[in-house]
Amino acid sequence: MNAVTLALLTPLVTAVLCLLFLRSLPLQRSFGVAGMVVLLGVSLRLMAEVGGGHIEVVRFGNWPAPFGIVLVADLLAAIMVLVSAIIGLAVAVYSLADVDARRERLGYYAFLHFMMFGVCGAFLTGDIFNMFVWFEVMLISSFVLMCLGGEKPQMEGAVKYVVLNLISSSFFLAACGILYGQTGTLNMADLAVTAREMRPELLTMTAMLFLVAFGLKAAIFPLFFWLPASYHTPPVAVSAVFAGLLTKVGVYALMRVFTLIFTSDVLLTHGLLLGLAGFTMVTGVLGAMVQFDFRRLLSFHIVSQIGYMVLGLALFTPLAIAGTVFYLFHHIVVKANLFLVSGITRRYGGSFDLKKLGGFYAAAPLVALLFFIPAMSLGGIPPLSGFFAKFAIVKAGLAGDTIFGGWATVLAAVALAVGLLTLFSMTKIWAEVFWKPAPEGHAPHRGNVPRAERWLLLGPVAALAALTLAIGFFPQFFFDFAARSAEQLMHPEIYINAVLGGTT
Amino acid sequence: MEFLLAITIGVLYAASFYLLLRRGVVRVVLGIALLSQAVNLLIFTAGGLREGAVPFIADGQEVLAATSADPLPQALILTAIVISFGVLAFTLAMVHRADQATGTDDVDDLKGTDAT
Repeated sequence: MNAVTLALLTPLVTAVLCLLFLRSLPLQRSFGVAGMVVLLGVSLRLMAEVGGGHIEVVRFGNWPAPFGIVLVADLLAAIMVLVSAIIGLAVAVYSLADVDARRERLGYYAFLHFMMFGVCGAFLTGDIFNMFVWFEVMLISSFVLMCLGGEKPQMEGAVKYVVLNLISSSFFLAACGILYGQTGTLNMADLAVTAREMRPELLTMTAMLFLVAFGLKAAIFPLFFWLPASYHTPPVAVSAVFAGLLTKVGVYALMRVFTLIFTSDVLLTHGLLLGLAGFTMVTGVLGAMVQFDFRRLLSFHIVSQIGYMVLGLALFTPLAIAGTVFYLFHHIVVKANLFLVSGITRRYGGSFDLKKLGGFYAAAPLVALLFFIPAMSLGGIPPLSGFFAKFAIVKAGLAGDTIFGGWATVLAAVALAVGLLTLFSMTKIWAEVFWKPAPEGHAPHRGNVPRAERWLLLGPVAALAALTLAIGFFPQFFFDFAARSAEQLMHPEIYINAVLGGTT
Repeated sequence: MEFLLAITIGVLYAASFYLLLRRGVVRVVLGIALLSQAVNLLIFTAGGLREGAVPFIADGQEVLAATSADPLPQALILTAIVISFGVLAFTLAMVHRADQATGTDDVDDLKGTDAT
């Protein structure tokens, strides 16, 4: 069986197994972790298959495209599946110590894998309506993960999360319907060809519908308000996997449609993305500055970082797109890691409130180090991964070969300023949680967490931090992949030919 | 016919957004339900209306006649209906649980987790 199908079957089978053995916690836990290990293996194989530039296309029922539904694994999709599997594994291990037995009995691992199923499907599908279905698979599992446990703040966050995401889905569906009505096809490669013959104003209108739909999921300005209102409410493991993966699925979808289908009026569509990217970066980082809740602060930074990725997409040059791809995998690793660290400091110190935490540098130097690496990476300090990600995007903005002229330079300057403010936020956490002496009665204590659990919490964090360091020390290796993926994205005919087999 | 359907879709959208903006959380859920109906009707209309042209392949023919209606939008709608049914069931259960947990059905009172 090919790696593309396996990447979808693995999480599905794991989820079903978890449901079958719902009563046995040890079995659920083993399946939960083992499934992620297998998924990681499969995604590495997928990466090996498509890493060389070959695009793998799976036609279901052997129906030729564009009539059947296809799964397409180009380099971007393979990279995204690989990073998702890495985060999935880290979070599954972390969950063993973080998620309480009550939630585990309610089927936590099953829904975690169902969500991975939806995420991988959304990355791998080559059909726009099919992507809608994968989004729904991902969303409804994430709804359950968000609500699981039913605590008061969770439910308050969940109402906003669910309602806004459903509205975004309805925009997505309406856009698919209009696109189908105009072109008579739903296959994305075929759409890339036929959409060029659509009436330009209708095409732009459909593009805007997709922008709203995916923009809401990606949490870009001004559609991000649900994110900082909900991401800090579920257990840490859940918010880490949400923070790492879910908004990035939205970014991925934006990248897919705005490099493949809506490229005829770049000045308008990508110009709009450019402006939104700027506002997203600025509002996110400003929102974060006033926060004193560890996870809420990080949530605002998700918004701000999404701005960088959208900026790369909007600039629409090979370097900018490569920067976006690099940014995507750097960001997923770093952001999930920071959320995981916030869980550890809460377990040691008993709070998410920065004002009630303190003294960690003395009490838990290892945790301090493990926070320092992703935090500085997020702030863009060389030689960590975030520096190279920001460097590529800012360089693309200053290069002067975009169609936006001076605006690209302005946005690059905004990106630099926002980087500085991000660093400010990270040093704020550092000063509050790690350097400041512990407030009266809130001294952090390793003994609050049993030794075995401590390793389950620290292990994934250390592994992700090591990955951040690896990306930072060997950026060329990783950037080569991003550059080749950008090459494919900037030349949609490669994708189109791979799917339609030169029939057009 | 398209005109009539377009008006209906517009009214459905307007009604659902009105409901979504209400404070009662049950009304919001009804708004979501109505919204999915509006979208289904939109797909149906955008896919092209053709009266009395059943998409059957006639005797002795290999392919569908070019004049027949397109069955695919209805397949899309069917999928969308099933999904929105599942999602709606979940949303109702969630709203019930939220009501129990927070003791209010007023969206304005669900501000505990909002970013300030």
